[in-house]
Amino acid sequence: MPSFETDVAIVGAGPTGLFAVFELGLLDLKAHLVDILDRPGGQCTELYPEKPIYDIPGLPVVTGQQLVDRLMEQIKPFGATFHCGEMASGLKRQPDGRWKLSTDAGTEIVAHVVVIAAGGGSFMPKRPPIHGIEAYEGKSVHYAVRKMEMFRDRRVLIAGGGDSALDWTLNLAPIAKTLTLVHHRDGFRANQHSVGRMRELAAAGTIQFHVASVKALHGAGGQLTGVTLLGHDKREWRIETDALLPFFGLTMKLGPIAHFGINLHENLIPVDTARFETETPGIFGIGDIITYPGKLKLILSGFHEAALMAQAAFHVCRPNEKLRFQYTTSSSSLQKKLGVAS
Amino acid sequence: MKIIAKDREGKPTAIEGRAGWTIMELLRDAGLPITAECGGACACATCHIYVEDGWFEKLPPRSAAETDMLDMALAVQPNSRLSCQLTCSEELDGITVTLAPE
Repeated sequence: MPSFETDVAIVGAGPTGLFAVFELGLLDLKAHLVDILDRPGGQCTELYPEKPIYDIPGLPVVTGQQLVDRLMEQIKPFGATFHCGEMASGLKRQPDGRWKLSTDAGTEIVAHVVVIAAGGGSFMPKRPPIHGIEAYEGKSVHYAVRKMEMFRDRRVLIAGGGDSALDWTLNLAPIAKTLTLVHHRDGFRANQHSVGRMRELAAAGTIQFHVASVKALHGAGGQLTGVTLLGHDKREWRIETDALLPFFGLTMKLGPIAHFGINLHENLIPVDTARFETETPGIFGIGDIITYPGKLKLILSGFHEAALMAQAAFHVCRPNEKLRFQYTTSSSSLQKKLGVAS
Repeated sequence: MKIIAKDREGKPTAIEGRAGWTIMELLRDAGLPITAECGGACACATCHIYVEDGWFEKLPPRSAAETDMLDMALAVQPNSRLSCQLTCSEELDGITVTLAPE
């Protein structure tokens, strides 16, 4: 089980979490970041990498991806450690007063300070609004394919029209007993080559394609036996299947943070606006996930919050040291840390 | 100018329209439980609504981007739209929409 010790553990590698690395780094505090996505950037890169943002001070226009690229460049001197593709799953206070943050991949990070910069929460697969679907999840309803062999000689039904739905249709078709793709229209946002290949398989009868949506599930004890499909003409029909794979992209859910023992107000974390500390000493919060009077969910607010948090976090991490406030324009020691000293 | 928005239980709320605002922004401003997590960038499909018969036809047609993004919405119907792509105007006075399930 990989185990690390650091000054600050940050949950969330979106713009706010990334800029926190910078503000902490200026104060010589080292950081580890945990993010459920497979790369840094959070919503900026997951939801709107190509969309222009117009309200970043000093950057009249910048896309989500460009902003993240620039932040990554800006924090490079501080050598933060990233744990991407991992979900922060547990938080426990250690006997020595530090915190142990654990992830679903088994990583453990022991730190003086934990910063929750989790934005809207963890990106998780969208769950179709089908009655009783929870009872099948993990057994015969899967939102990701971890082992293709699971589906060998099984009757598989895939729902969705994006790249994941098409890719898994093509990958599983050769090994599944039957494969059915269900999509609400006869058109796809997926890679056109994949769509063409799928249509060939459907024309050859290797797979079935239905323009419909999944209306109901049938089965018992978590094991599916079939689904009822609903067409746009309100016609309903049943398909026998052993497994359902819904691929409708990701949405944000608060996730395990709700069970960290931090006080929550309507799924947001209240903090004080001098330190950006939660009601639990040593646990700080910044960005879209926090609330305080006048809070605005803006990236620029997250940057401000990160700066103030870093000042307060310094005193937790280095209780016997004095913090000297310095400017990057004039401080040779800060410039040295940034690797720009002349 | 009014918009009638029904929540997922079918309870209607009359919302004052504002020209130039999107229907998503009006729904969110009125406190209706619409996620709209990308903030109106047509990038998440979490502002999905159903438009009542008679009104659907009066709307400008879906863009290719909206049609594609609706593939990521759940329980899509022929009268599905993404409310962040619908701009409020006098012609839409009285439009009735229902929040899609999440």
